[in-house]
Amino acid sequence: MTTRHPPGSPGSAAVEFLRPRSLSQALAAKAELQDALPIAGGTDVMVEINFGKRRPAALLDLTGVRELRGWQRDGALLRVGSGVTYTRLEAELAGLLPGLAMAARTVGSPQIRNRGTIGGNLGAASPAGDCHPVLLAAGAAVEAGSVRGARLIPADAFFLGPKRSALADDELITAVLVPPAPGPQQFAKVGTRNAMVIAVCSFALELRPGAGVGTGIGSAGPTPLRARDAEDFLAAELAGSGLWESREPLPGAVARRFGELAAAAARPVDDVRGSAAYRRHALSVLARRALGWAWDSYRKEGHLCG
Amino acid sequence: MTAPTITSIRAGRIGDSPQRPDGRQKVTGEFAYSSDLWLDGMLWGATLRSPHPRARITGLDITGAVAMPGVFAVLTHEDVPGRETYGLERPDQPVLAIDQIRYQGEPVALVAADHPETARRAAGRIRVSYREEPPLADARAALAPGAPSVHPGGNLVRHVRVRRGDPDARAAVVVTGEYEVGMQDQAFLGPESGLAVPAADGGVDLFVATQWLHVDRDQVAASLGLDPDLVRITLGGVGGAFGAREDLSMQIHACLLALHTGKPVKMSYSREESFFGHVHRHPASMRYEHGCSAGGRLVYVKADIVLDGGAYMSSSPAVAANAATLGIGPYEVPNVVMDSYAVYTNNPPCGAMRGFGAVQACFGYESQMDKMAAALSMDPVEFRVRNAMREGSVMPTGQVVDSAAPVAELLRLVRDRPPPPARDTGDLRSLPGGVSNTTHGEAVVRGVGYGVSIKNVGFSEGFDDYSTARVRLELTGGEPSAQVHTAAAEVGQGLVTVLEQIVRSELGVERVAVLPADTTIGSAGSSSASRQTYVTGGAVRAACAEVRSQLLARAGDPAAGSPGNRPPGLAGAAGLGDLVALLGKPAEATVTWRHRPTAPLDPGTGQGQAHVQYAFAAHRAVVDVDTELGLVKVVEIATAQDVGKAMNPQAVEGQIHGGIAQGLGLAVMEEIQVAGGVVRNPSFTDYLIPTILDMPPVRLDMLELADPHAPYGLRGVGEPPAISSTPAIVAAIRDATGIPLTRIPVRPEHLTATQPDEGPDPPSAMIMGRNAPHRVPFDPRS
Repeated sequence: MTTRHPPGSPGSAAVEFLRPRSLSQALAAKAELQDALPIAGGTDVMVEINFGKRRPAALLDLTGVRELRGWQRDGALLRVGSGVTYTRLEAELAGLLPGLAMAARTVGSPQIRNRGTIGGNLGAASPAGDCHPVLLAAGAAVEAGSVRGARLIPADAFFLGPKRSALADDELITAVLVPPAPGPQQFAKVGTRNAMVIAVCSFALELRPGAGVGTGIGSAGPTPLRARDAEDFLAAELAGSGLWESREPLPGAVARRFGELAAAAARPVDDVRGSAAYRRHALSVLARRALGWAWDSYRKEGHLCG
Repeated sequence: MTAPTITSIRAGRIGDSPQRPDGRQKVTGEFAYSSDLWLDGMLWGATLRSPHPRARITGLDITGAVAMPGVFAVLTHEDVPGRETYGLERPDQPVLAIDQIRYQGEPVALVAADHPETARRAAGRIRVSYREEPPLADARAALAPGAPSVHPGGNLVRHVRVRRGDPDARAAVVVTGEYEVGMQDQAFLGPESGLAVPAADGGVDLFVATQWLHVDRDQVAASLGLDPDLVRITLGGVGGAFGAREDLSMQIHACLLALHTGKPVKMSYSREESFFGHVHRHPASMRYEHGCSAGGRLVYVKADIVLDGGAYMSSSPAVAANAATLGIGPYEVPNVVMDSYAVYTNNPPCGAMRGFGAVQACFGYESQMDKMAAALSMDPVEFRVRNAMREGSVMPTGQVVDSAAPVAELLRLVRDRPPPPARDTGDLRSLPGGVSNTTHGEAVVRGVGYGVSIKNVGFSEGFDDYSTARVRLELTGGEPSAQVHTAAAEVGQGLVTVLEQIVRSELGVERVAVLPADTTIGSAGSSSASRQTYVTGGAVRAACAEVRSQLLARAGDPAAGSPGNRPPGLAGAAGLGDLVALLGKPAEATVTWRHRPTAPLDPGTGQGQAHVQYAFAAHRAVVDVDTELGLVKVVEIATAQDVGKAMNPQAVEGQIHGGIAQGLGLAVMEEIQVAGGVVRNPSFTDYLIPTILDMPPVRLDMLELADPHAPYGLRGVGEPPAISSTPAIVAAIRDATGIPLTRIPVRPEHLTATQPDEGPDPPSAMIMGRNAPHRVPFDPRS
């Protein structure tokens, strides 16, 4: 008995497979075949195909598009190509975007992180996508390219519903534009196993010393969400009490209230991964703890700076 | 077409840990699993399954599928030439649905096509009209008068009664509890798969991953309407089993398609289909009442255990017997009233899984032992030790435990292990939540819990449990070499390696080949019930003795007539040069070997010598719980187990680690979530099994107290690790949180009072109040 793998698909079930070698080729292909499904690492797309949830007529493989694979400074911003893998986010951006590196660390297994990309995460537009809360908290924008040109979509306008984004049919995600972290960032995610788990809920936080705070909630609503009331409350407390300057310990009541407001911003449901009540509860804990850790970092930085 | 012969010339005798022949292949991805089987020109089979848990089929139109190019056959139950049903204990399960659906995922029709995608698409073009009916989804409700029947004859599959001593016994201290066990899956990684090849003689050759070739063969032959000799089964590469391959999955289907088309047909389930393609562990609903003297001696146990068998019988009757006979644990209890019920519902069928009825009961009785220790203000280990069974103790069935039963010693060993080091809050991987960064030590509380378990080894209740082995010794290239042939399934447990070790020890030769397992030799029984090293190992040893006896007779040795008295190692006895001389012609023996007989249980009292051998293990779990988020990190498991004789110490250790991982999974994450008969999480995205970051270090004490009744004194090792690891972990979580957890797996919601809709679990209701003695069998229908 010999062992072999099945041959290519038969004619009746063929999936067109496009492999552009440049961004302009990729955009042209997407313009021509608008129902082509972009694929990079394949860690989302192939799962959906294998489970029979999607049968795309065409796959647009972006792994050969060099322009998408790097990250660099772009004026005051960082431009992170959509083809940058979680492994690279974790290894190369831990200093500039620590929250994003922390989120990348929680994705899947090392093999998944070697394949999966930030662009793929955004493209799937799952409410549970691990990068999304951080991008919301950091005030990132998604760069959408097409033969018509490029446009920027603010992260908090990108997610329209479960697995639905503001991307037009002829557009590809080409990059994420995000300011380098102006202060401490945190990301925390609850799952019912200690690794390789989809978020039951998650929370991201960015402190912008003297300027405000950003937040992001994952897996507790139809889309990733910002906790705007929590942001406003905390920004006012920090500014009003002179805490940015004094770097005094944060009053416990402030952290608790911040947690409550973060939980109140969620719109969770009961599902196989967790109850709505648990998600709300856990978010209040995650937000409170994340704030504590971020504030501790801010205080230590101040100490180090003098 | 021949499967590869697994040959090993690595040294290794009984008590060694030689490298297993399939180890490197599996690690490097080169091992050929049954899903890798291939023949040129073969077709692919696909199965159309019901999306509804209970329905009438009012119409079935296959024309759209038949018309598709590339489709070779579309079959329904009308195309089954022989018996239209199958089953391990009773053939109650249709090969393909006949007019009605009893569970979600029940096979309705089959397609063979020249490409798997074509087969799947064709299956999608079969039009089935269903009239849905409300599913019977609650096992206790299924026993209520007037409940709709899943099968003619009612929903009770089996009621096992065990009565010992005074049913009206009273005690000074009484605790009661209700416990629930969710539906665990075996979660093997190699999906159900195989290749059926039609033969010129009208028969069929089937290559398949299974646990029990001959029982597969008999069921396949009955449904094909063929003489069993015309169905030949060869074991394919097995990617895990754990009980899930004891029932049929695609075997009959692939053979039907192959015989219908005259072409080889391969079937290989997807991961999602696999969740519908095999039986699961029975969910259980249990009520216990323990009575104890003020001095801490158990006086009585009353219990009822309801096991949800789902839509078909599978091995539910035997699971119910295990739960009943082992259901009070490894303790001396003079008065027992135990009722165990297996029940039909419209939930997924449940059957064999590692631990087989003992797992569910152990969560119940060990939770009770902790509760009683607390009521007595006693140390939980001391309370267990005081009541521990030992050699000579009497089971509730009246059976005397007639070999080592070191329950107290096992408990003391795990208790006396030094505690694990304090947690390292600088390393997220050592904290609850792991790298997901949920705590840096906030709200983390450590807890310690204990569990001890009993499991039967081998098939029970009078079953004729045997194995057949052929051993052949001959000269190959001038050197003596042995071949071993059995039908015993290597399912990953390392049986091939152990059989080689036995032959090397018995015959003193280095070169040993274990031939592929197939049905050209007699049955070896199932690779389940922790029995295969015991029974097939026993058969191989006996065959070796026969070969040795033949050779000694050739040498004119007067001791030839009593081979059992010879020291092992023929070469040692006769000298290698002499052995070569004696092997002018090969020596061969085929032996059918049985363990000592067992007896049925008395249907009224559950009395009887029902089990062959008992095995015991103890566990101490140390956990860290994030009490605010309800996340758990198991820090360490200390375990002690008596294995009788460690035939291959590394393999034994592997079984113990793996069993603990499976027990951990049931404690804190593994559950097929079923709502109204519908499975909500048929994927490894949402059916979570432990990762290496969830699995703690294991501190192991292995005892080798020989069982005089067993070959080499060995004791089955596969199941005990998976049994009491679960209640030990739950006890540790209770210790950390103070929450009286009564359901497994424990979810974060249970630890944070955030369950959907309802509030926290109700307090353990007093169903069997201390003033309500059992004069009649306990009625579970409430």
